[in-house]
Amino acid sequence: MSYFQRDRERHPPALTPAYKTSILRAPRHALLSLPTTLSEETGPVFGHDMIGPLDNDLIRNFAKDGGEAIGQRIVVSGRVLDEARRPVRGALVEFWQANAGGRYRHRKESYLAALDPNFGGCGRCITDDEGGYAFRTVKPGAYPWPNGVNDWRPAHIHFSVFGHAFAQRLVTQMYFEGDPMIWQCPIVRTIPDASAIEQLVALLDRRATIPMDALAYRFDIVLRGRRATMFENRPEGNG
Amino acid sequence: MTLPLDYLPESPSQTAGPYVHIGTNPNWVEITGVWRNDLGLVLVGPDTRGERILVEGRVTDGAGAPVRDALVEIWQADAAGFHPSPAETRGQADPHFAGWGRQPLSAEDGSFRFETIRPGRVPYPDGRLQAPHITVWIVARGINVGLHTRLYFSDEEEANAADPLLNRIPEPDRRATLIAERSERDGLAAFRFDIRLQGERETVFLDM
Repeated sequence: MSYFQRDRERHPPALTPAYKTSILRAPRHALLSLPTTLSEETGPVFGHDMIGPLDNDLIRNFAKDGGEAIGQRIVVSGRVLDEARRPVRGALVEFWQANAGGRYRHRKESYLAALDPNFGGCGRCITDDEGGYAFRTVKPGAYPWPNGVNDWRPAHIHFSVFGHAFAQRLVTQMYFEGDPMIWQCPIVRTIPDASAIEQLVALLDRRATIPMDALAYRFDIVLRGRRATMFENRPEGNG
Repeated sequence: MTLPLDYLPESPSQTAGPYVHIGTNPNWVEITGVWRNDLGLVLVGPDTRGERILVEGRVTDGAGAPVRDALVEIWQADAAGFHPSPAETRGQADPHFAGWGRQPLSAEDGSFRFETIRPGRVPYPDGRLQAPHITVWIVARGINVGLHTRLYFSDEEEANAADPLLNRIPEPDRRATLIAERSERDGLAAFRFDIRLQGERETVFLDM
């Protein structure tokens, strides 16, 4: 068993000068390419028992005295699959975001949009037997950042995903269908391939809406796939 | 007619951004009360088997400046060389060892410090033993795809000299960037592993 090599044409390259911080943080040497070993084919396990009842409810998990976060109420759901279309069960998915006005709750953040006293911005869940996950939140606002003089991030939610192997470790961002700012963003445009960008755009999911309560978006995540090692140099044969 | 192969493409990576710790270490950025403990801060307990060690270092950018907003994760075998993972089929790993750790870099100087144990040896796919090593993964603002590297130990000279991965590095003088220097602290071995993202003595990063 080993993991498919990453398709580095679909991922952003390290050096993407329009995203200025990448200039000093991109290695100049080529990556050393090797097949995975047991060190990368294994990974940590997180039990369902570590997840609290509000961990996937960002409307309430930081709220005081029965309050709720302000903003467009949404449900985000999807599946974590691997490249061979197998569901990735028991995977820890973590997510974080700005509030409805585009303000992050972080001491290094000074954007003038107000904090929401009832919104923290973090959540997590563990995928079920079909690889499914879901959380409830408010739709994050767009947010200005010091890159070009007038650059704004599209509304986005950050995702960190653990698969079953450290080789599958992935951090990415989810965007929202129809947002014109997706195609203007230097961070989105670090990805060279438009179809790869579209893979990060969550679709409005009318069937998952909660009538008179919340809209819904669907976002599936694909992690690296695994191959059986046929005819490899193994005395015990193929596993 | 030829049928298409039925694979999905991997989701593309994006930078973790400057506020990654909201999601990974909320308590550390004072978002308290959502969950009790940030994950990954403790790898070992009183019953963990093996030699206790410290792993310390600093992450710097192409100008030599400390990277103060990154997140570092480590993943390693236990003292006997087994991983605490269902994908580990050779034997039972130490139930008192997490194997995985995660830390934000210091906002002052970009440093990190893990208390862990010296890992045992793990076989390469062809059966040769690899030298003891720790897998290291870094994400940050300005890093578009998380960077994988490995930490090896300066006091494992013989094993390092025969390690399949170290021997695949085309420029022999760059192997040293993966070897953490040993010193002693409070009776423990402390290993210094500085990660240079770019430029002089740039760390070897892996695509594996």
